[in-house]
Amino acid sequence: MLTAFAILTDGLVYAAYLFLVGVGLTLIFGVMRILNVAHGSFYAYGAYAAAVAVGVYFDAGLPAAGGFLLMVLVAMAVGLVLGLIIERGVLRRVYGRDEVVVVLVTYAVFLILEDAIKLIWGPDSYALYQPLGVTGTVDVGGLVLSGYDIGLVAFAGLLAAAGSLALKRTRWGRLLTVVIFDRELAAAFGINVSVVYTATFVLGAMLGALGGAAMAPKISVTLGIGVEVIVLAFAVVVIGGLGSIDGAFIGALVVGLCRAAAVHLVPQIELFVIYAVMALVLVLRPQGLFARAQPRKI
Amino acid sequence: MSAILAVRGLQKTFGSVVAARDINVAVPPLQTVGIIGANGAGKTTFVNMITGHLRPSKGTIVFCDRDITGRPSREITRLGIARSFQIPQIFQSLSVFENMCAATAIAHAAGGLPAQLLTPWRAPGSLRQAEAALELFRIARYRDTPAATLPQGVRKLLDIAMAVAGSPRLLLLDEPTSGITIEEKFELMDVVMSALKDRGITVLFVEHDMDIVARYADRVLAFYDGAVIADGSPAQALADPRIQELISGPQLKPATRSAGHA
Amino acid sequence: MAPRSIVIGMLAFLLAAAVAPALPTWLVSLATVAFANALVVLGLVILWRAGLVPFGQALYYAVGAYSVALITRYSGVRDVLAMLAAAAALSGLVGYLTGFLLARYREIFFSMLSLALSMILYGVLVKTETLGSTDGFHVDSPTYFGAAPQGGMRLLVLFWLVLACCSLSALLVSLYFRSVAGALAIPARDSEIRLEFLGVSVNRLIHLNLVIAATLAGIGGALAAIAVEHVDPDMSYWTTSGGFVFVTILAGAGSVAAAFVGSLLFELLKSIAYDVLPGTWQIFLGAVLLLTILFLPGGIGSLFMRRRRPEPAS
Repeated sequence: MLTAFAILTDGLVYAAYLFLVGVGLTLIFGVMRILNVAHGSFYAYGAYAAAVAVGVYFDAGLPAAGGFLLMVLVAMAVGLVLGLIIERGVLRRVYGRDEVVVVLVTYAVFLILEDAIKLIWGPDSYALYQPLGVTGTVDVGGLVLSGYDIGLVAFAGLLAAAGSLALKRTRWGRLLTVVIFDRELAAAFGINVSVVYTATFVLGAMLGALGGAAMAPKISVTLGIGVEVIVLAFAVVVIGGLGSIDGAFIGALVVGLCRAAAVHLVPQIELFVIYAVMALVLVLRPQGLFARAQPRKI
Repeated sequence: MSAILAVRGLQKTFGSVVAARDINVAVPPLQTVGIIGANGAGKTTFVNMITGHLRPSKGTIVFCDRDITGRPSREITRLGIARSFQIPQIFQSLSVFENMCAATAIAHAAGGLPAQLLTPWRAPGSLRQAEAALELFRIARYRDTPAATLPQGVRKLLDIAMAVAGSPRLLLLDEPTSGITIEEKFELMDVVMSALKDRGITVLFVEHDMDIVARYADRVLAFYDGAVIADGSPAQALADPRIQELISGPQLKPATRSAGHA
Repeated sequence: MAPRSIVIGMLAFLLAAAVAPALPTWLVSLATVAFANALVVLGLVILWRAGLVPFGQALYYAVGAYSVALITRYSGVRDVLAMLAAAAALSGLVGYLTGFLLARYREIFFSMLSLALSMILYGVLVKTETLGSTDGFHVDSPTYFGAAPQGGMRLLVLFWLVLACCSLSALLVSLYFRSVAGALAIPARDSEIRLEFLGVSVNRLIHLNLVIAATLAGIGGALAAIAVEHVDPDMSYWTTSGGFVFVTILAGAGSVAAAFVGSLLFELLKSIAYDVLPGTWQIFLGAVLLLTILFLPGGIGSLFMRRRRPEPAS
């Protein structure tokens, strides 16, 4: 019973992390049809920036609440800068090229960003320990849960709900939906697709960086974290359906729970299980659990 | 004379939409059949079912006394049924000649993948046949033009020439003259029909232009709402005011001609 | 496109073999790894022609590498040809089995499924003690027809073996491209419908290409494992697959020769970058890839191809 509960809580926490990472990726793919390998770098930059800035903030002895706000702001700033530079400077030149070629462009950007981390923050790892201490722990029936984890799950849940609502209810969301559905139609309706692309990419980058910032207190912020994250994020969004926000939510839950179950029951298959689920979904329902299948035209 | 193609009780439904209802047609060898009908009447669905692109919901298709219902298209092709497409299916990144070579090389390497592995791509026989086909279909002067830059009429001809490379016994042409100017339509059909003459090919072609049907078809099948509502000589069928009404609407000529590019 | 290009290619391999004893060790050792990896790239060139880009080709690379490693660890077999045959057979078999799934997919779905399959293997390798876990394990030197060359000869003999494998593969792949089946890859990319309606099963065609590419990757992995005398799970990680795709793009994926020239160039670039910017050499590689895609969409091979392309239209 305790194991089942532990699987559920661990799974939810892991799912929250995966959703934060995956949602930006799926948003960018849905709108721009770009599978962004550099998304892993957004995550890493978010984590590094937050670890440094928030660490300094806490060391200065300032009120804790501001630390969490700073975490979000730093992530948004990182996403804004990186997103703008990459979309305006690089991606803009390859729109209309083969999907796979664009993937490779983002791979090149990823290679550059990965090594730039060493230039900016050096080879050492950072540990952002203060937020976990501030939020403390909660004892639920013998199982000790970290307050930060609970906050993370709540934050991811809120983000999912807000994102889903925003897409359906706000003017901007509907605009995005039109572009996702049919780019040419959107252009014909006078939607400025170019602006939508930039905004989407920056938003996606911010979400990626936010994922990193939010995870920074829970991990050792070190070289290579972006490399690992990107394949996980791929798995999540492929399972949910490339380009679907609701799908990323479900995909994160599926992967999170599967992995937690594996960790507690058969630790040997921890990694295996994630990609096995991804392969299985691709085989049975290649468009993902949530995306609509596109009919083949003759 | 036994039929080369016999279709019995053919039906196709997509959910609640009926695209073909109880079609019964027998085509004797060497006949040229024109298929007419408004957009959405079920003409292409009919062609797609015969060529294996769609599996019928009900009914049988018999070709040369062999039941081919629901067989995959490549198998049906090998049995001797070829087709062209409303949107020409040609290889965009190859030249016209290379396109034609692909078709003749496949015809030469009969016997599936092992034969295709052992047969050279540029075998003299298939190269000669490709050159000859370009001459026959009067597109030899586009020989080295990249397929992606061809005018519509040439694309159509290349598509048909490739379909004929495998020496089919039955050829289905899906709107061979759509998307090209009225003046070129007759020219194109003349080229196609003279190329097919004397090769013993039975032809079914989908067409919107009644003048074309009247000129080239021995027989007309009129489709409406998934069913064959008339089957007879062109003179008979085209004179029937009910057909005119259902197929082309009251103002016959202008409407059909402008609806050419689908 | 005459058999002349095959002759030139074979002569180039012979020349490389002949001058090898006079070359510095670092260059021979770099070329050994480069040409071993070139076999994987050759497989990617085959798939690229059919419009397929696998993000998980490292799966077969690792299968080949681990077959050799496991043979030296758990059996007495040391003969290099037996090892290579086993690696080729096993990776070909894995390619055949995974091909039933992969051959049904195109574009990004193909790439993603390929990635997922390779990551499954990674997950297994990392967590299995008997397979060496995260550290991997050492690969013993093989024997060549009973002889075990020592010192400088060891590297040289291995280089010759790699060249022999490469020239044989290049020859067979060139012949394959000249067959109807091989030539149909480009039509398959352009219009599957037309091919099906010419009587060709596109899925079987792609399945064949997948098996060939997997076998080549397996041999490449086996040779690489022998060359570096070590295997570890990173050989199956997505970054390894990404590297292979990188080289394919860099080379231009236009021809058989491009795979070898591209792979050699890549290893040279990498070692130069490593010398000039130790620690941050990936910035250099990323920049090269970016510039290649932006300004040389046909890859480096296109610099030579463009001059040859306009054939006299008689």
